[in-house]
Amino acid sequence: MADGVKPRVKVPKTAAAGDSVTIKTLISHKMESGQRKDGDGNLIPRSIINRFTCEFNGQGVIDMTMEPAISTNPYVEFDATVPEAGDFKFTWYDDDGSVYEETKSIAIG
Amino acid sequence: MERNPLKPLTATALGLVMAAGMAAADENAELVINGDIEIVTRTAAPEHMEYIDEIRSGWTFRSDDTQAFQMDDFDNPGMIFVDAAQEVWDTADGAAGKSCADCHGAPEEGMAGVRAVYPKWNEAAGEVRTLEMQVNDCRENRMEAEPWKWDSGDMVNMTALISVQSRGLPVSVAIDGPAAETWAKGKEIYYTRYGQLELSCANCHEDNYDNLIRADHLSQGQINGFPTYRLKNAKLNSTHARFKGCIRDTRAETFSPGSPEFVALELYVASRGNGLSVEGPSVRN
Repeated sequence: MADGVKPRVKVPKTAAAGDSVTIKTLISHKMESGQRKDGDGNLIPRSIINRFTCEFNGQGVIDMTMEPAISTNPYVEFDATVPEAGDFKFTWYDDDGSVYEETKSIAIG
Repeated sequence: MERNPLKPLTATALGLVMAAGMAAADENAELVINGDIEIVTRTAAPEHMEYIDEIRSGWTFRSDDTQAFQMDDFDNPGMIFVDAAQEVWDTADGAAGKSCADCHGAPEEGMAGVRAVYPKWNEAAGEVRTLEMQVNDCRENRMEAEPWKWDSGDMVNMTALISVQSRGLPVSVAIDGPAAETWAKGKEIYYTRYGQLELSCANCHEDNYDNLIRADHLSQGQINGFPTYRLKNAKLNSTHARFKGCIRDTRAETFSPGSPEFVALELYVASRGNGLSVEGPSVRN
């Protein structure tokens, strides 16, 4: 696991059924592109988050491939319709095989 | 009030900017962070200031978009660095095997109100000390660890973690008593013209705030929002790094971050913001 990786997510605590809510996510990650060289001229190996997914009660909401041009601490914001109470599950996949997960519940009210 | 020698020039420049459709700052917006912490961004100037009636946080000079970043901690990129510092706070370092938390507890308890009164006279050391000096004093003498460099990521992140605990409290640095001498030295530096361009701090930040200097909207140069996350370099910046940048822009040899000159200047500039709220980490361009 890369150093200092910390996922964070902001989801409203409640929504009306059928409402669209805005979800904000950010994961602190250095997103090393693999293009840069260190002081001795050696290539710094690529180390990025390459995939991000969000599921709601097991159903896919968003699934994105991420590329090396994405800058440090990738921030993803999107809207999702909430049909019922349940859990949003967020997953980030790291080049080194690590998987970071975060879950947020939302109630109907 | 001896302001505005640049006014006619600026009026034209501003017209062009408007025509280009750039977002102008909303000067009268109110800053409430997380819908909870009310920040004083305008207030009456402290008594010692002779030429300015109302002091304003740098936040009031920024565009709507930049202002919005600071209204919610999730949107404030500076908070990532605060989280990083929280980990360091809880981690033991040095020969004594102590962490910050071992002596100070949680930062919410141990550090509340600290940022607001620094730089501050330290009786035992017989000098005015900034937060950075105090942090390194702890590291060297209590933790027996290597001191951090003034501008290192660890140091500026730690000062951000400490600042967060005072957000919303009024800046209130003491300028009388034993600190008076250092304060006077800082004031002298503030009004001294440096560099090939022969500019003092006051030339821009007192005589011409709210005017444009080429494309930059000059603020009053308040430091209540430091350390500050700058969009231009995507990291937290210390007060002294900002001082250095400003003096460099006058084409002068600058003082070093951590030098006695900058410590004195920090005390003086902080005192010009007495009454504004602590905002750190703020977001600026």
